[in-house]
Order: sequence, then C-alpha cells, then structure tokens
Amino acid sequence: MSIRIDKLGVVIGLIALYGMFAASFAVLKPNRILQGQAKSMLESLPGASGWGLLLLLLFIILIALIRVPAWSRLVGAVAALAALVFAIGFAAGALTPPGNSYARVSPAAGFWVLVFAFALLAADAITRLQPPPWMRLLFLGVFALLVWGIFASDLWAGLSIMKEYAGRSEVFWSEAGKHVTLAIGSLLSACLVGLPLGIFCHRVPSIRATVLNTLNLIQTIPSIALFGILIGPLAWIATNIPGAAAMGIRGIGTAPAFVALFLYSLLPIVANTVVGLAGVPREANDAARGIGMTDRQRLIQVELPLAMPVILTGIRIVLVQNIGLATIAALIGGGGFGVFVFQGIGQTAMDLVLLGAVPTVALAFASAVILDALIQMSSAVPQRATSA
Amino acid sequence: MIEIDAITKRYDDITVVDTVSMIVEPRTVTVIVGTSGSGKTTLLRMINRLVEPSSGAIRLDGEDSRSIPGHELRRRIGYAIQGHGLFPHRTVAQNIATVPNLLEWPKARVDAKVEELLSLFQLDPKVFANRYPHELSGGQQQRVGVARALAAEPKVLLMDEPFGALDPIIRAKAQEDLLAIQKHFETTIVLVTHDMDEAFHLADKIAVMDKGRVLQYGPPPELVRHPANPFVQTLIGDMQRPFRLLAVSTVAGATEPGEAGGEPISEDLSLQEALAELMWSGRRAAPVISQTGEMVGRITLDALLKHAARPK
Ligand SMILES: Nc1ncnc2c1ncn2[C@@H]1O[C@H](COP(=O)(O)OP(=O)(O)OP(=O)(O)O)[C@@H](O)[C@H]1O
Ligand SMILES: [Mg+2]
Repeated sequence: MSIRIDKLGVVIGLIALYGMFAASFAVLKPNRILQGQAKSMLESLPGASGWGLLLLLLFIILIALIRVPAWSRLVGAVAALAALVFAIGFAAGALTPPGNSYARVSPAAGFWVLVFAFALLAADAITRLQPPPWMRLLFLGVFALLVWGIFASDLWAGLSIMKEYAGRSEVFWSEAGKHVTLAIGSLLSACLVGLPLGIFCHRVPSIRATVLNTLNLIQTIPSIALFGILIGPLAWIATNIPGAAAMGIRGIGTAPAFVALFLYSLLPIVANTVVGLAGVPREANDAARGIGMTDRQRLIQVELPLAMPVILTGIRIVLVQNIGLATIAALIGGGGFGVFVFQGIGQTAMDLVLLGAVPTVALAFASAVILDALIQMSSAVPQRATSA
Repeated sequence: MIEIDAITKRYDDITVVDTVSMIVEPRTVTVIVGTSGSGKTTLLRMINRLVEPSSGAIRLDGEDSRSIPGHELRRRIGYAIQGHGLFPHRTVAQNIATVPNLLEWPKARVDAKVEELLSLFQLDPKVFANRYPHELSGGQQQRVGVARALAAEPKVLLMDEPFGALDPIIRAKAQEDLLAIQKHFETTIVLVTHDMDEAFHLADKIAVMDKGRVLQYGPPPELVRHPANPFVQTLIGDMQRPFRLLAVSTVAGATEPGEAGGEPISEDLSLQEALAELMWSGRRAAPVISQTGEMVGRITLDALLKHAARPK
C-alpha cells in the first residue's frame, strides 16, 4: 500500500508551517493603543506547552498531507482549532506581566493564519463527507455551543478583545440586537415586497425589464451615497407627516440604514424570483392548467415549490450581504457592530475593531450555513442519496 | 356529446385550425390523425379551453363551454398532455391524486383511487406510489400521466399521443385497458395519435386533419372504402387497405353455418386475426365458437377475402 499525497493538504500544510514558524503567534502591547512586541509560538507559550502545541499541529499537518478518510481529517482539524483556541487564551495569561492591568495581549498574524489553515481543512473534510443538511446544522450548533463555552469560561479573559468586551458587554449585546434587527428586518420587508413584485414581473413580461433595471441602478449606488440621498426625504417625512417622527423615522439613525438595506435587498430577491419562476418546466405549468388549477393554485402548488431553491438562494445572498452592510449603518448612527469598528478605528484600538468585525463575520457565516441547509432541504425534487 | 361548431384558431395571420365542425357522440372513441403541425393538439386544447378559439363555439351536452370558468371546465375533462407533464416535485401517488384533491374528495377515496389506477396500469403501488417522476422510465411516466387524467373519473377524456413512448406489448395492453375503462365508465374519449394501427384499433370514428382542416370524419371502414381525397388514402396506406377493413370487423359478422375441423376461433376476434390464424395453420376454414363456448358455425377463407375486397 503506497502513501498518496493530498494536493489540498500540501497547500494547507505550507500555510500552517508559515503560520507556525515565519509569523508571530501573539502580540504583547504596553496598553490598548500602542504598538506591541511580536512573540513567536514558543515565546508565547511557556515550557512544554509551546512544544506540545507545535508537535500536535505538525502531526495534524501530516494527517492533512496524506490521503486518509475525510472524518479523520475533520477530527484532526477540530483538534487543531481547539488547541489554538486554548493556546491563545493560555498565552494571554502567560504573557501579561503579573499585576499589570494596562498591558494587552492579542492574537497575531500567525494565529490567524493557523486558524485559517485548519478551518480550510475542516471545511474541505466536511465537503468531502457530504453531510445531510440537518447534520450541517448540527455542526453549526456544536460550534455555536463551543463559542458560548469560551465566553462563559474565563479561557480568553486575558485576551485584549475580551477586555474590550468586558468593558462594554451591555452595549455589545444591545448593538448585536440592533445589527440583527437591521439585517433581518430589512430582509423580511424586502421579501414582503420583492416576492410579489417578482411574481408580478413574471406574469407581466412587459414591466420586467423596467423593474429589474431600476433595481439594478439602486444596487450600483454606493452605500454611503445612498445614506446621504435618503437623509433629505426621510427628514422631510419626519417633520411633515404626523406620527412619523414618533415611529423613529429621522434623517439619520436607524431609519435611513433600514431603508437602504431594504433597497439593496430588492434586486436579488426580485431577480431570483423571476429566474426561478421562469425555470419551471413548461409542461408542468401546462399540465397544471390542463388539469384545472386556477392561476393561484398553480402558483402555490406548482410554480413556487419548483422555484423555491432559486428564490432561497436570492434570500441567502441578501442575508449575508445585509449582515455585512449593516456595519456601515453605524456611520449615520444606525447602531450595530459597526459602532465598535468605527470607534476602534477612531481610537486606533485594533482590538475594538475586532470586537465589531469578528461577530459580523461569524454571523454571516452562520446564516450562510443555515440557508444553504434550508435550500437543500427545500429542493422540491428530493435527491435520493445515490450510493457511490 | 361534444359539438364542435365552426371552430377556428388564428395566431396572428396564420390559421392553425380552420373552421372545423364535428360532433363527438357520447360514450365513443374519436381519434384525430394527421401530419405533424396539422393542428391536432390545438383542436384538442380548444375543447377544454386551454386555447381560446378565435371564433366558433364548442358545446358539451348542449352547454356552451364558455358558460363556466375555464378551470372548472378542465376539472371535469380529463387531459393527458403530449409528453407526460408530470409534476417533478410530487410523487407518483400525489400526481395522480391532483384532481381528486382539487375536487376535495375524502382522503380514503383518493387513496383507493390511486391504488386502483396504479394496479390497472401495471405499476405496483408498493413500488411506484412514492417514487418521483424522474425515477420512472419514459413509458412508466406516460402511464402515470394517463392515470392522472383518469383519476377523477371524467365523463370526457382528451388524450394527446398518450401511448407514444410505450413498447408494443405494453402499448397493446394499455389500449385494451383504455377500451375497458371507456366501456366501464362510459367515457367519451378524443385521442390524438400518429399511429394508424392504433387509430383503427381504438376508434369509433376517425378525423383526418391536414393544414388545420378536417378532411374526413367518419367510421374507420368508411375511410377505407371511400377516402375523401388522395391525402386520406395515402395516410391509410394503399397496401394496408384490405387489412384495415379486416381489422375493423369481428368474426361474428362473417360466420356462416357449416362445420370445419381444427382449433375453433372465438367470434369476438377481428377478421384480421382470424385470417392470420387460418393462414398460419394452413386451413381454408375453422369452426367459430361464441364467447360462452358454443359452436355457432364456421369461418372460411373465401368469406374473409370477400370482406377484404374493394367495395363495388
Ligand atoms: N402558441 C402558438 N403560437 C403560434 N403558433 C402556434 C402556437 N401553438 C401552435 N402553433 C402552430 O400551430 C400549428 C399546429 O400546432 P399543433 O400543436 O396543433 O400541431 P399538432 O398537429 O399537434 O402537431 P404534432 O403532431 O407535431 O404534435 C403548428 O404549425 C404550430 O407551429
Ligand atoms: Mg400535438
């Protein structure tokens, strides 16, 4: 039996080796703003722990290099990621001089490179395992539980990002709430408007081009510019329409952010609805009519179920896009994780920026996984598992 | 009864169906034949108003088809679409149950009907009920399409090349089943086909179409004996004429008193089958028995040849 080399494994191995030996693992800063000293993995982790991590990672790289069953690659990747999570928390405690409450320890480039390499390994293994949708959701659930575990324990208490969090945990959760409300609320209202509009465009071909071109145009306006454009009309509404101001409509703040995200969401939803409906086989439509379905029954029983995967793909695009874009809402006082990002930039406190950016990325990632699973489950024609 | 009264369909300037008038008697099978593009499907789809006529009228049992909403009309008329038109996202059982469900039949009745139809079309319910259309062969899909059209026991059934994808054995079986179903439910069937053997086998009346017009409409023997024009004659096939005549009559009509030796022939066989049997067994005559098994006389080669000859 000859040992066969895995091509992606070689790439992952090279990235990981770079992260281990050529880049620094952690940064020790005298306070939250000043430049810090880079520390290598062995410098960050005292005594045997550094060597332990080094050897463990080398062993897992070896697993990645040779062709072994996908599940063992997955176990290896998860073990590596867990080890890194522990190690960075441990390094924080070890590097911080005792009694010094100003010094800050943050993950450095090497840490992120390693996380990236092993996340890639995990993603590749999961792709090869082809888990059914519910199992992917289960993986996500376990992952979320682990993250919650890190928060609940003191594992990362010494890390700079957690110190930033500790100082504003209440604000963090209220901004998180605003972020999610903004992203999902604008998505839901876009669905409420976009789905009927898409169906209408499908039924009345003459208006299709006009509607899609208009939405396309909106899509090309840069977000900052769109906020600016909206300030005028919304301020006018707030002052001139009774009750509008009481509902929270103002020229700046949540209202323009919400409206902008809503407008950006329309194009993918309308376009995917139109494409999905157009893709319904002509014979199926014909048979539905021939059998005596009303237009409404045909829409609900035949067209929408067959178009659903394409429509959900549009919704997935919108959700991920909205979670990212909602960060910008902070610029005009709309709240959300962007608040930390822009505060952090203002104070040149990179860890504060991370406090905004990391949850945004995690949220976008989680919603992509959830919607992908939904899309697969909603596929109207079930793909029976074909044994390979 | 379906009365088609000077019906015309034009797309822009092209006349696809041109002032067609015909009466389909209740409880009969009418077969429409003709070249590709002659307007057969369009004519069929005007009966259930999937295509709205440009002019003319269609009456079902005396009632103008435009007097009720199109979708209600179509629920009463079974339609087996050209191809099969099964819903890809629904199982075989769900596909067949579509119209009964639209008509809100109780579930037990729907389930019983689905099972009955699947068995009738040689599709084991245990195996096929929960499959999806893409998991069936072309012929199986087509049978499910016909079963779906029959599900609500419609009084009128429109079928557009329903047996095109079937192999000869299953096709013959499906034709027998269709005739049995038609007798049992007293259905009025209008069926489009390209297969002249199928047309002669199933039809009480045949309508020959060309370029949107019905050239001839009458019982099969009439088409053979008196083709309205050379097109009809060509379609029937010059060489096939005597055999077509034999195919549309039964042994009962040509039986004469007398005796003969050898295996008896059943009186409900077609004359064509009787001829084949005589030729194959090398006999000039054979005894004829009734369906109940009594001797009723004999059939001779001479009588058969007389039946196959051109009318004087
Ligand atoms: N919606 C339409 N618009 C324009 N022309 C049409 C339309 N539907 C059918 N036609 C034309 O009408 C003619 C008759 O079509 P039809 O489908 O009735 O033919 P057919 O006799 O059923 O043919 P086949 O045996 O190939 O199924 C064809 O020339 C076709 O191109
Ligand atoms: Mg046709």
